[in-house]
Amino acid sequence: MLTKTKTRWWLYVLLSVLLLFVMLPFFWMVLGSFKPNSELIASPPSWLPQNPSLDNFVLLFEKAAFGRYFFNSVVVSAAVVGGNLMFSAMLGYALAHLRFPGKRIIFGAVLGCLMIPGLVLFIPQFILTANLKLIGNLSALILPFLVQPFGVFLMRQFFLGLPKELAEAARIDGAGELAIFFRVYLPLAVPAFATLGILTFLGSWNNFLWPLVVSVNESTYTLPVGLALIANGEYSRDYGLLLAGATVVVAPVIAVFLLLQRYFIEGIATTGIK
Amino acid sequence: MYMSFTDMSRKDVQSPFAVNFIGFDNYARALGDPTFRKAALNTAIFVVVGVPLTILAGLAAAVALDKGITKARGFFRLGFYTPVITSIVAVAEVWRVLLQPDFGIINQMLGAVGIQGPNCVGDENTALLSLIIMSIWRNFGNAMIILLAGVQGVSWELHEAAALDGAGTWQRFLNVTLPALRPPLLFVLVTTSIGYLQFFEEPFVMTQGGPLNSTLSASMYTYQQFGFGKWGYAGAMAYLTFLVILIVTVIQFRVTREKD
Repeated sequence: MLTKTKTRWWLYVLLSVLLLFVMLPFFWMVLGSFKPNSELIASPPSWLPQNPSLDNFVLLFEKAAFGRYFFNSVVVSAAVVGGNLMFSAMLGYALAHLRFPGKRIIFGAVLGCLMIPGLVLFIPQFILTANLKLIGNLSALILPFLVQPFGVFLMRQFFLGLPKELAEAARIDGAGELAIFFRVYLPLAVPAFATLGILTFLGSWNNFLWPLVVSVNESTYTLPVGLALIANGEYSRDYGLLLAGATVVVAPVIAVFLLLQRYFIEGIATTGIK
Repeated sequence: MYMSFTDMSRKDVQSPFAVNFIGFDNYARALGDPTFRKAALNTAIFVVVGVPLTILAGLAAAVALDKGITKARGFFRLGFYTPVITSIVAVAEVWRVLLQPDFGIINQMLGAVGIQGPNCVGDENTALLSLIIMSIWRNFGNAMIILLAGVQGVSWELHEAAALDGAGTWQRFLNVTLPALRPPLLFVLVTTSIGYLQFFEEPFVMTQGGPLNSTLSASMYTYQQFGFGKWGYAGAMAYLTFLVILIVTVIQFRVTREKD
């Protein structure tokens, strides 16, 4: 009889070695962030910091204004996630369960936008933002991303999976359209919110090209922009500092990932199967 | 779109419609620009080499996790997926340190076993390859997750029926698993290609497009021209990249559909 999985010990060894290599850059990053530069460029290298210190982090937050970038990243991500959850749910619900003129055109437009890469949009968006006098303002990092076609599509697909009879039953009970949306369908959408929230958070936290383009001074840098610019600037050879900066960028994401891994993995896997 | 047919530049920001229409000049200039050609070639190499390797690595990991082991599956899945969620800027920074020619940990480890490590990102022959390896490292977990869901969805009765007919492991993989994986494979192929065609952060952080433009990507060159204030020209290059993305995507859909 055919067994479904055969345990092969050599595969465990192989996967473990692979896992070690996949994780190695992260170990090196965290360990290196506590090392002074002299230790990082020493030969032979040492894995554990000989004289662990927080100097790199202190320098990051005092000299390089990483506190400001961190704050910006948090504000932008929170606003973008909130906006996407709310607006995607509204539009997604309308496209799934309501009837109104132009519905097909709107849905077509959403799908069309889904296919346009950010590279094409950033120059016209920049001109628009400049004319709205928002360059150098944190809202320039938030407004263009408040609602994204991917989220609308995801929520529409999710709401399509919920029965129409729920709305009909509520209508017979005399509920208004707003009440049906907020009190009947929204509470059922929590799993979809988790997936969408996580994906939007990742996209926003790691976003680079647009924040780089619209940030004219330090006050609106997000973490990736701040890190890339100090790496190309005066601290480009200060490796301990750069590893500490990378740690600050990556650590919150990994923490969220470990906390919510179930939603992460399921969410990603379902986006692939349509 | 209109912008890419004009000579728009930074000074026109207040009056974006008061610019001269110059037809396809920007496009013609881009196609004749040796630097843009070099960038396009680099992007093509990055995609043609990087995409298949990323998907193969993801597929191998997915099959190994599904068929080869019974315990700790979730643990490995979590570990292999971790690089995907991290900021490219941050991990590219870490890789730049890892790949430093004289004291980077990778060359020191190679040196310990007697291999003279290359000057990875500092040599024009190996720089692009280094970026490709880093991208595979960062992205294969994404392919793995999606393909793993696909592999797990393959009906076990099909495998048993094939085994009764005398099919070996390898034959069953080719004739049962792979055909069932076509939709998720297509999805991974299309999304990975679209992402790789626009690669930008890796050279921006690790090499600034150098040495000698050997890692300059189409997106990076577009960004540079935008930075110089040549907006119409940058817009034309962005549309050229978009056109390539569109063509590649359509071809991928066509080719995979024909097999039905």
